[in-house]
Amino acid sequence: MGWFDKLTRPRRDTPSDLWKKCPACNETLLIKDLAKNLFLCSKCDHHLRMPLWDRIALLTDDNSFVEIDHDMKSVDPLSFVDSKPYPERMAEAIKKTDVNEAVATGRATLSGRKVLLGVMNFDFMGGSMGSVVGEKLTTILELGAQEKAPVIIVSASGGARMQEGIFSLMQMAKTSAAVKRLNQAAVPFVSIMTDPTTGGVSASFASLGDVNIAEPGALIGFAGPRVIEQTIRQKLPEGFQRSKFLLEHGMLDCVIHRRVMKNTVARILRLLVA
Amino acid sequence: MAKEFEFEKLIIELEARIKELQAISETRKIDLSREIRAINEKVDALKNDVYGNLEPWQITQVARHINRPSTLDLIKHLCGEEFVELHGDRLFGDDPAIVSGIGRIGDQRVMIIGHQKGHDTEENIYRNFGMPHPEGYRKALRMMRTAERFGLPIIAFIDTPGAFPGIGAEERGQSDAIARNLAEMSGIRVPILCFVTGEGGSGGALAIGVGDRVFMFEFSVYSVISAEGCAAILWNDPAKTKEAATALKLRATNLLEAGIIDGILPEPIGGAHRNHQMAADEIKKQIEKHLPSLLAMNADKLLDERYKKFRGMGRFTREEELEHA
Repeated sequence: MGWFDKLTRPRRDTPSDLWKKCPACNETLLIKDLAKNLFLCSKCDHHLRMPLWDRIALLTDDNSFVEIDHDMKSVDPLSFVDSKPYPERMAEAIKKTDVNEAVATGRATLSGRKVLLGVMNFDFMGGSMGSVVGEKLTTILELGAQEKAPVIIVSASGGARMQEGIFSLMQMAKTSAAVKRLNQAAVPFVSIMTDPTTGGVSASFASLGDVNIAEPGALIGFAGPRVIEQTIRQKLPEGFQRSKFLLEHGMLDCVIHRRVMKNTVARILRLLVA
Repeated sequence: MAKEFEFEKLIIELEARIKELQAISETRKIDLSREIRAINEKVDALKNDVYGNLEPWQITQVARHINRPSTLDLIKHLCGEEFVELHGDRLFGDDPAIVSGIGRIGDQRVMIIGHQKGHDTEENIYRNFGMPHPEGYRKALRMMRTAERFGLPIIAFIDTPGAFPGIGAEERGQSDAIARNLAEMSGIRVPILCFVTGEGGSGGALAIGVGDRVFMFEFSVYSVISAEGCAAILWNDPAKTKEAATALKLRATNLLEAGIIDGILPEPIGGAHRNHQMAADEIKKQIEKHLPSLLAMNADKLLDERYKKFRGMGRFTREEELEHA
């Protein structure tokens, strides 16, 4: 499976800490302004990747998010070394992002309703799913079933974390089984897919929402576009594996603009469960 | 793929030499038995030495051998005539990269589902090299539901480079198909036994791999990504495939140690491609050993244990524990 594609890795296109170029229209945007504008391009409305804490603030009532398992950390079960040892990569990611892993999970309220929320962090090793990501998400899915509280997961991930080998792969089975249990408890699971959601994340819990939502323009798919191009030896059509493509092919319930995401999720929950 | 590997070249040369000598001794009526015996002994020693010390990358090559017993080969040896292949997902089509059907192994009626590779190029093209499209996984799920309805335990044979990365596969929801199987398999109320017979290629393998017991053949591999894919992405250098194969710890022994699988099935010296019957016999042994207790188990308990099995997979720590360590 070739999900952890170069194309889905963080792009080094930040001219400085102050500026960012819109990947869609190339407009130069002030980060300060971007943060105020929900990381939407002021020129073309492109949905740029949203930092973890901004995303949590977007979806939850003010100061309602209480993180759980924030102290959980990856180990190096394979003693994995590629161009550098895995623990070194981890340390760099922790330093860069100031969090311990590629997902933050916790309890919050959304328009007054108690929910369990998981938000993946693409800045942390491409949002890749290893043991910790799988464990944290499984935990909130189980808590959701126990507490009858809807579960919302915002995905942003290149897929499984290769450095944890087979343990990463098994997180797909683990999280998917937990979704099944949540289904059986008749507790809603809203999956929000953001740019990018590919590989082992797309091919497990992220596709299993009672309601699957995507942000406009997000890359969503099983295989990364580069891998597909190499396999079939042809250029992919414009818009392939973007949100609209998935909506047209029946894989999404809706594509929702970031500005109305919170209200839409609140409405969905209100209509699904009393 | 070549039928012989670099590392077994000498063995194959010597085996050819033996055949030559046998032919000479027959046609010319001369006794060469001493010479033949000597070479035979040499070959045996060499085989033990070579096959007993294969590197992870070499094992990957054995796992991919073109004569490796396929699902249909195993079905032939396990069920004989008593098997009916069932086709199609009832939604889009029939995927030749996954075969399935009902059969009998000994006295036991079973549902068999497995990836299907070919033994030559033509067959491999037809089978898409064992790389399923979504309809393959949806067929598999349909078979699991049928099995559940009729109380048939499920036997799954895993042998795929991975789910197919292509336009049609994406259009028809490869991610959805795999994810759906992972979730649904955790709730199928009949025992599921999985055997990685060759290549356990990532999510495309796991999508029929959520079992109550999971076994691997001695020279099979099971990994989150192929060694080639890993080398290309993490090393940015396809020449590092051997290193990637080692780093991924994809051998049966690694997975047993990691608690991911329940047992390792031995192969004949040189690999299962040399003896399909023995591979089938080993599978049958495991089925006979594990199925009775699983069949006797209450379905709720069966599912609880299946859930716990996968729930427990993963290694992590907590900051506090790190500080105290």
